[in-house]
Amino acid sequence: MPELIAKPALEKAPLTLGTCRLEAVDLGPITSVALFPGQEKAMAKALKPLGLSFPDPNSLSAKAGVQLVWTGREQAFLIGVTAPDFGAAAAVTDQSGGWAALRLSGDKAAEVLMRHVPLDLRAAAFPPGRAVRAPLGHMSSVVIREEAGFLILIFRSMARTAWHEIEVAMRTLAARA
Amino acid sequence: MRIPCPLCGPRDRREFTYYGSDDYLNRPAPDAGAGPWDDHLHLRANPAGETHDLWYHEAGCAQWLRVHRNTVSHEIYGAALVAGLKGGAQ
Amino acid sequence: MRVAGKGLIEREKPVSFTFDGRTYAGFKGDTVASALLAARVRVVGRSFKYHRPRGVLTAGSEEPNALIEVVGAKNQTPNVRATVQEVFEGLVTRSQNRMGSLRWDLLAVNDLMAPFFSAGFYYKTFMWPRAFWEKVYEPAIRRAAGLGSLSGRHDEGHYEKAFAFCDLLVIGAGPTGLIAALTAARAGADVILADEDSRMGGRLLSNGETVDGQPGPDWVAAVLAELSSLPNVRLMPRTTVSGAYDGGIYGALERVGLHKPARPDLPREAFWRITARRAILASGALERPIAFPMNDRPGIMMAGAVQSYLNRYGVASGKRVTLFANNDGARAVARDLMAAGVQVAAILDSRANASAVENCPVYLGARITDTSGRHGLRLIEGHHAGGAFKLETDCLAMSGGWNPTLHLTCHMGGRPRWSEELAAFVPMEGAVPGLVAAGAANGTFTTHGCLAAGHAVAEAALADLGLSPAKVALPRAEGLPYVVEPLWAVEGKGRAWLDFANDVTTKDVKLAAQEGYASVEHMKRYTTQGMAPDQGKNSNMGALAVLADATGRAIPETGITTFRPPYVPVSVAALGAGGRGMGFAPQRFLTSDQASRDRGAPMIEAGLWYRPSYFPKPGEATWRVSCDREVAMVRGAVGVADVSTLGKIDIQGRDAARFLDLVYTNTFSTLPVGRVRYGLMLREDGFVMDDGTTARLGENHFLMTTTTAAAGQVMRHLDFVHQTHCADWDVRFISVTEAWAQFAVAGPKSRALLNAVLDQPVQDFPFMACGAVQLGGVTARLFRISFSGEQGYEIAVPTRYGESLFRDLVAKAETMGGGPYGMEALNVLRVEKGFITHAEIHGRTTAFDIGMEKMVSPKKDCIGKAMAARPALVGPERQQLVGLKIATGTPPCSGAHLFTVGDKVGREESQGYITSFAHSDLMGACLGLGFLKNGRARHGEIIRIVDHLRGLDLTAEVCDPVFHDKDGEKLRA
Repeated sequence: MPELIAKPALEKAPLTLGTCRLEAVDLGPITSVALFPGQEKAMAKALKPLGLSFPDPNSLSAKAGVQLVWTGREQAFLIGVTAPDFGAAAAVTDQSGGWAALRLSGDKAAEVLMRHVPLDLRAAAFPPGRAVRAPLGHMSSVVIREEAGFLILIFRSMARTAWHEIEVAMRTLAARA
Repeated sequence: MRIPCPLCGPRDRREFTYYGSDDYLNRPAPDAGAGPWDDHLHLRANPAGETHDLWYHEAGCAQWLRVHRNTVSHEIYGAALVAGLKGGAQ
Repeated sequence: MRVAGKGLIEREKPVSFTFDGRTYAGFKGDTVASALLAARVRVVGRSFKYHRPRGVLTAGSEEPNALIEVVGAKNQTPNVRATVQEVFEGLVTRSQNRMGSLRWDLLAVNDLMAPFFSAGFYYKTFMWPRAFWEKVYEPAIRRAAGLGSLSGRHDEGHYEKAFAFCDLLVIGAGPTGLIAALTAARAGADVILADEDSRMGGRLLSNGETVDGQPGPDWVAAVLAELSSLPNVRLMPRTTVSGAYDGGIYGALERVGLHKPARPDLPREAFWRITARRAILASGALERPIAFPMNDRPGIMMAGAVQSYLNRYGVASGKRVTLFANNDGARAVARDLMAAGVQVAAILDSRANASAVENCPVYLGARITDTSGRHGLRLIEGHHAGGAFKLETDCLAMSGGWNPTLHLTCHMGGRPRWSEELAAFVPMEGAVPGLVAAGAANGTFTTHGCLAAGHAVAEAALADLGLSPAKVALPRAEGLPYVVEPLWAVEGKGRAWLDFANDVTTKDVKLAAQEGYASVEHMKRYTTQGMAPDQGKNSNMGALAVLADATGRAIPETGITTFRPPYVPVSVAALGAGGRGMGFAPQRFLTSDQASRDRGAPMIEAGLWYRPSYFPKPGEATWRVSCDREVAMVRGAVGVADVSTLGKIDIQGRDAARFLDLVYTNTFSTLPVGRVRYGLMLREDGFVMDDGTTARLGENHFLMTTTTAAAGQVMRHLDFVHQTHCADWDVRFISVTEAWAQFAVAGPKSRALLNAVLDQPVQDFPFMACGAVQLGGVTARLFRISFSGEQGYEIAVPTRYGESLFRDLVAKAETMGGGPYGMEALNVLRVEKGFITHAEIHGRTTAFDIGMEKMVSPKKDCIGKAMAARPALVGPERQQLVGLKIATGTPPCSGAHLFTVGDKVGREESQGYITSFAHSDLMGACLGLGFLKNGRARHGEIIRIVDHLRGLDLTAEVCDPVFHDKDGEKLRA
């Protein structure tokens, strides 16, 4: 009988350049929760024990290290906790292994990310509590604003490319100083 | 060019995939016959001026949008989720 | 020569650089042009057509003459404007467009031939004899054509691209732009101030004027100090806004590293895409040359440029300067020169009734009719109201008035408006939504007027943005009106240049008019006026005026050619920044990637994915040997392949089955839980979109697989069908391609291999069954499906366990005489079984063509059903899927056409074509899949295969596309 060994999406040591830092992080379980039509109340009830509410577009609901991040119309990713029973309220799909998470922090983080993401990610336009679906170069991503920077979800198979692209942007920006 | 996605907000054109006229929303009945089906799939007005067409927010919320815009001035008047349209879709 | 005490260059920071191999000294803050002028280098380039010696004309990006090559260790950049390129230690530059030395250019012989090189020369000369076109004319023209040279190597420089957003984009940091930025910034607007120059300040750095009683540069410095202290302001020097686009988007090219020695990771240029809610165009104005005879000699310069070199760079452009102008403003140039101790030979004012009071001779009603000095101006001759003149002078500062730099206002189809008062075109209002031109760019030519305009448009922008203005006192500045009397061309014997870069003279424009090219757009193309790197910035107005005159029309009715982006040349490398090497496209790696590479498998691209081609064993000399072994291994024992690249879509909801019935031709609502069904998906026009298997995991839970190639397209299609036709249905779906790693286990020993890894062995797991299984405590999904024709399974585990499972499966397979197989073997296996891929369902084939018309259920509607029934999409006229048996050893012939034996080999006789090809040891033949007209009725026929590309002419036997295990006994074993 085999023992299956779990491997992270990206085995990379954190990279620090100037004040900017890039690291691969393990977010634990990631579950897609897609609300079925007319199930708002059932959803609210299911989320209540977690202290979360279903997020509006481009935002997230967070409590005690668990977050529910908007990822599409009537769809959100529950991150950091095993999904509770949503009954008939939602289609629930495990996405844990499918996404790699990168954390980019530092005072130049927005400038770095705006090399690849065609959105205004500066704190005034994109404060903590906001999360968007956006392209990172040619890659689909979820960009979540955190106090110190960004949490970026990217397809697991593309994690190496995403790391490379962000690293190049970091090095390029650092070289301007 | 920026398209105001009703869910994601104004976004760069590169995030969208163009499809074509919103004629595609009005699918004929299966037995409507060759004429209506041909019109539905192939016959386009090609207006110089206001037009409604369909764009897919592929790099964003994965929603199909009906965009109201002007082919002459390039002005974009607005965009609506196809999923929320009443009457347009069957 | 340097002028003591003048200029904004940093004299304590000397810099040396080379031009044509000679070392020159300059200072930080110098351009190549200013440093060469300081060193009295007069000839800096050769003109395009006549190879005439040329000197610096301007002090900005509009320079047509001083185009040089900058040579770096990894780059060679032609057509760099010496007036823009800043000097730095170690900079290497050279002149271009010469044969031999710059001073004694052999192609200067063209100048003597000038009478033959008039407009339309090419079209008239290189017509006969026809035999000369390719062998003589083209090589000769190619050798002479083109400006500057490339290294022929890849540009290995680093470039960058970036996005930026702001409330207000201010384009140009002269007095208008500075006061506008300050006004908006103090009110709290998010401001980007972009300026093309290395130093912000615009004409205030050059024109010697005071603002609020302090020298212009001091006022500029104070404003910049405040702006850079504000967190809501981004200053972007060395950044040319090159284009205006829909939606308030502006393209801008920043010269990041071009003024410094190359450094790793330092980009040469950055291309910005700036999204601005409002924009102010404060790009200033460009001075116009005057087309007088022989006006192209080195030393003949724009008056404003002469002033810039004096006041900004501390350089006198000549020892004895003459001014030739048609307006008041230019007088300041002569005054500044005299004040700095530079001799002014005379002021030649073309106007008869201008002031004659200056500290030097003033000739009114003056015209220059000839000049001399081969390698630099020596003498000018002409006449004035009081008679003739002949002046020894080594520098002529000319000013034909100013043109507002309104190019950006035309980038979205706006046409400029003619101002009789300014004798210039001014911007059309509202031509670019959200953008307003102000200051000199809008025809306001006094510093006072610019400051007032900049302030006013910024306040208007603030109101649009919903911000209340903060207090900004309007500084005092000069406000003398700009008085100009047009003078476009001076008649005379010699050639009078309009377009210096492309050697277009007044005579060429007149000739164009004479030969019928009277439209401005035709004249441009016939003479090439305005088609050089400066895009007519110096010549458009003059050429237009000459054309208007020649055709007897007024200037506004003659019109103006269209200004299109980019405003300055933008390197393709900057536009495509980041798109090279790994940045070209995302690379998708399988969880088994490292394990495959560890086994020496060459990886091939499948879309964005990298998949193993084959797994070579020691002693296997070619891929064929490995591939044949892997095929035999699967047929005889067991093989393992990573099939995770297939799209996987999780579909849930009470209406999930109903939804599948709509998107697939066949029925899924009848599929029992725990079973898998092959499905065919059509486009609405009736052609096949994709195929794949869908498993029913639960009553309201399905897992659809798509082909690797069409995964994105299918997702888009499902979203479309759902959102447009049944948004209210109880169905939700999401891609789980990335969430599961899936491996095919195929061959007679596949069940034995599975049972070696599963916690509970599978016993009764029939063909097309699916279900959950446990692997070392991990829940996996098992599907009894086969793409090889053998007994086969696919097992899926959460992606994080993928690598581990693959290594384990392969290791155990090897103990059973099996092992991993790659894409090559996978292809042979599926061709032997007659399974299709996108080589067959390539977008032009129907369900009928591939023999699956029975899969279109008559009992229900589905996407594409109505159109698939069109008469032309079914029947014997269609090319239908067939198998082809070809002699062994045949080289691959996918794409080859099929012909009836005895028929002519022609386009119209083609009976079909080959889509897939494989060498099959099993069948002892080469196998092909292809489409043949009425093919299903032609099994057994010998058909001719012709492939002109590979030079093949063969025959093959037409047969059923399923070669192996026609009854599926092995599949179901």
